[in-house]
Amino acid sequence: MNTDNLEEIKARALEAIRDAGALEALNEVRVAFTGKKGELTEVLKGMKDVAKEDRPKVGALVNETRDIIEEAINEAWKSLEAKALDARLASEKIDVTLPAKRRRLGHVHPNAIALDELENIFIGMGYEVVEGPEVEKDYYNFEALNIPADHPAKDEQDTFYINGEMLLRTQTSGTQIHEMEKGRLPIKMISPGRVFRSDEVDATHSPSFHQVEGLLIDKNVTFSDLKGTLETFAKKLFGDDTRVKFRPHHFPFTEPSAEMDVSCFKCGGKGCRFCKGEGWIEILGCGMVHPHVLEMCKIDPLKYKGFAFGIGLERIALLKYEIDDMRLLYENDQRFLDQF
Amino acid sequence: MKTPLSWIKDFVPDLSCTDQEFVDAMTMSGTKCEGYERLDKNLEKIVVGRIEKIEPHPDADKLIVCQVDTGSETVQIVTGANNVSEGDLVPVVLDGGKVAGGHDGGPLPEDGIRIKAGKLRGVPSNGMMCSIEELGSSRDVYPEAPEDGIYLFDKESGLKPGDDAIEALGLRDTVFDYEITSNRVDCYAIMGVAREAAATFDLAYHYPEVRETGNNEQASDYISVDIKDRDLCTRYVARVVKNIKIGESPEWMKKRLRACGIRPISNLVDITNFVMLEYGQPMHAYDLSTIAGNKIVVKRAKDGDTFTTLDGEERKLDSDVLTICDGEKAVGIAGIMGGENSMITDSVKDVLFEAATFNGANIRKSSKRVGLRTDASGIFEKGLDPHNAYAAMERACSLVEELGCGEVVGGRVDVYDSLPEKKRIAFEPDRINEYLGTDISKEDMLSYFSRLEVEYDEHGRELVIPTFRQDLIGFADTSEEVARLYGYDRIPTTLPKESGQIGALPFKLRLEKLARDTACAFGFSQGYCYSFESPDVFDKLRLQEDAKERQAIQISNPLGVDFSIMRTLPLNGMLSSLSSNFNHRNENVRLFELANIYIPTTALPITDYPDERMQFTLGGYGDIDFYEMKGVAEEFIYKAGLKERMKYEVSDRPYLHPGRQADMIYDGRTVGYIGQVHPLTAKAYDMAKAEVYIAVIDMPEIVEKASFEPRYQGIARYPAVSRDLSMVVPESVSAQDIDDVIVQRGGRILESFRLFDIYEGEQIEKGFKSMAYTVVFRAKDKTLSDDDINSVMKKILNGLERLGIELRS
Repeated sequence: MNTDNLEEIKARALEAIRDAGALEALNEVRVAFTGKKGELTEVLKGMKDVAKEDRPKVGALVNETRDIIEEAINEAWKSLEAKALDARLASEKIDVTLPAKRRRLGHVHPNAIALDELENIFIGMGYEVVEGPEVEKDYYNFEALNIPADHPAKDEQDTFYINGEMLLRTQTSGTQIHEMEKGRLPIKMISPGRVFRSDEVDATHSPSFHQVEGLLIDKNVTFSDLKGTLETFAKKLFGDDTRVKFRPHHFPFTEPSAEMDVSCFKCGGKGCRFCKGEGWIEILGCGMVHPHVLEMCKIDPLKYKGFAFGIGLERIALLKYEIDDMRLLYENDQRFLDQF
Repeated sequence: MKTPLSWIKDFVPDLSCTDQEFVDAMTMSGTKCEGYERLDKNLEKIVVGRIEKIEPHPDADKLIVCQVDTGSETVQIVTGANNVSEGDLVPVVLDGGKVAGGHDGGPLPEDGIRIKAGKLRGVPSNGMMCSIEELGSSRDVYPEAPEDGIYLFDKESGLKPGDDAIEALGLRDTVFDYEITSNRVDCYAIMGVAREAAATFDLAYHYPEVRETGNNEQASDYISVDIKDRDLCTRYVARVVKNIKIGESPEWMKKRLRACGIRPISNLVDITNFVMLEYGQPMHAYDLSTIAGNKIVVKRAKDGDTFTTLDGEERKLDSDVLTICDGEKAVGIAGIMGGENSMITDSVKDVLFEAATFNGANIRKSSKRVGLRTDASGIFEKGLDPHNAYAAMERACSLVEELGCGEVVGGRVDVYDSLPEKKRIAFEPDRINEYLGTDISKEDMLSYFSRLEVEYDEHGRELVIPTFRQDLIGFADTSEEVARLYGYDRIPTTLPKESGQIGALPFKLRLEKLARDTACAFGFSQGYCYSFESPDVFDKLRLQEDAKERQAIQISNPLGVDFSIMRTLPLNGMLSSLSSNFNHRNENVRLFELANIYIPTTALPITDYPDERMQFTLGGYGDIDFYEMKGVAEEFIYKAGLKERMKYEVSDRPYLHPGRQADMIYDGRTVGYIGQVHPLTAKAYDMAKAEVYIAVIDMPEIVEKASFEPRYQGIARYPAVSRDLSMVVPESVSAQDIDDVIVQRGGRILESFRLFDIYEGEQIEKGFKSMAYTVVFRAKDKTLSDDDINSVMKKILNGLERLGIELRS
């Protein structure tokens, strides 16, 4: 056998590899030289004609040639593959600025977004969320809250009556009574819900709106705890820089009572159109649960004390999301809802 | 409630702070001050001037040229006013000064109007003589001011050129406006607010000087008083003033009244107004000569009585309305308004003064029933202190003498059953500190109380409450007085020290959040609708006359018929919202609502709580159909842990399309319904051109069955085998019929099945449809053999054949 022949095969193979411009062509080269019927295989088949003592040497020579060719093929393969990939990627280029394919998600109502925020804060502070009836008995809406028959507050609240005994609740405060009557102490709850007052519909009034009631009854509750709790709430809801101000006020079912203002979260207290230039925004009413209310619920005011608060949900939603007309909340216009 | 600062200072002479400081301090001590108005706002360099000389303008007929002595100099002023004469004293704004408004009395510009020297038709004019409107006020409270002319000071007033004209007019003052809470009846009076001011600033408080009045005669010789209905009239004090001399009130009194926005009228009327403002006790004056039988009888009217009030209107009375009568007839509606028949006229000789107190609640109701709410009734309805009525009467009579308005007759006719006594409340300083979370000394607390005229009985350790503080009843009230005078802002800020508790959302609300999330994922946005609606809704929804949904709770005093019943179905809100969107041309709208309907549990009108049922309502039009609604509903119910198959029963709800509606049945119970809105109902909601779909899920049904505790079922390890079923199905057979067969006969190895094609048309015989299903089998414990599958398939096929279904090969 002629080893020159091997050199010649190698030279041809390497040239063919160089010339192969595509993976298919390269594969043909591989088949032609190192395949089962390739030239090198044919050479090996001719080994039987080689002198026995020369066989190892020739064999080694053939294998060496094969290795060189295979390595060259592999390298060429890689480079052709890379080239092919580049070509494919280039051909697959898309216009990334064409419109998105969107699955339209629905939008949660701003009231509900605000309520979620409130609930999360109070749940985080250990408050349970409970519900109360919207159609309520006079006793729970008024009498048990220290608002007896003929009390002027009954007129102030412009109640919708069903009959002498049943009415549409004007406040969520009745839930306090329902909870206290259950007789399980301590109580730590908030109660969001719908309330009704006979106000004509306009930009700032609605005959139906929502409140979030809060109640804590325990042994050592103080007015300072009420301040601390609501200050924490305000900072969580409006930001850590928020300042609060408690002003004396009057509610029949709490004593002492207060209204809480927060420093305007739009202007930080400098005065703007949201706070009407005052720098403060009133957001809730609160106070220590009136001992008489506790007594009516069979809780001993010498052993237990508590505080309660009531937040107007729409007020928070309107302010926070800069909605300038309360009617929008009940029109359910998709163009409005889409913005939340 | 409004008070001028000057009047407060009558009671608290040492008060000295800026207007804003006053506002802030009063608000923080509990008398919420909502704002203030400076009466001298934008009034600068305005003095009293005397017109020395008037000459005609050389080039203008309607103008005159005045030489005005302004104290330091005489200035030339050109004016068009025609009511001035030489010698008149007038307000003059000097060059560079400011006035509040124009002479037309229109809205006042924020920054006033600057007056500069200039020329009018060529003649220099160095300032301006002012009308009352230019000074920011009006003839309402300065009735002596001329209509359309320069204000003229009284020449006898002692004013001289160069004096401060604003001071002279009583405009160097600030009027504060308060929101008085309903418990503080005493603060609907200047003296009450002043008392709060003295307490807030810790300053001395001076009561007005009230002198002993009356001649040697006895009022009881002139008048007798009989209260027939003592439950409604708690005290009636009567005094008589003879020989009335009607005239103008002195300037100091007019100033006070004007600052409160009250027009001075005459000394007699002004005194009653003045005392009402100062003491918060409305008074009434009757012409004694019109009081028949010299007696006053206080009694309930009779049903059907009529009475003509001061304003000339005839009012209908009933037996709950209290009247003031004389020996023959009614002369006033108690606490609301006097009668035309006993009205004071300029020719009045003798006057009967009344200061009475009534049952507040009754006055409030009467005022509503009679349809007349007056300043007086607004105060009386709060329930006044009978002691104050007496004090107010004494003040009024003292003023009568002071003003020389008449001769006060000695003695009083003073009728009452019993007078409120001073309440006593235990003083518990430690408990107050425990309650507030404070450490306030006992001495400080007592000093707060003494500022409020609450005395301390050291012996009994009791606080003695003055009768004008009817709101102080028990311990909590005393703690509030301490808290507000100590300062809410000084009370520490702490968090409750109680044992930890875990906050949570109850199961029902978690489920509602899931409903919300599911709806949003399907592109539905959340709406909020009203709970009340019009009974017309039932007609729009095409409900039968005897439909149970028509049994709705009625509001007895609704805002109008559109808000008069509590909804028994959630559809009206949804359809109204969709309609409003549709008519705004919003495309492809999808809404949902989570809110209650109200189902009576007793006969109407209800005597007990109704069943408030939370409804998950979905609705939409545009790119939506029946099956998508079904998809949202099923996805929610599946997520809520209801894993059984939902059944659909064709229903006959009148508001839905008869061929496109179904009740959702789960575990044998109706949990909701789905359908296309009936075209007639859609038309009633102005959506005739839309295909509107709704789905309603009755949440209480879901709450009962739902669970948020999933169980891992394992992942199948053996391969699934699927078979396709292609069949010709009689029109009357529903997909659900086929589903039932597959489920019932598929046995335990049935994993799932799916309809993948349905066709009705030319290639299929009329009355039939072609349907194709893929059925998937899998066993948990082995690879299924052909035999396993064939035997199950055979069962299924047999079942289908019984429905008249033909298999296609």
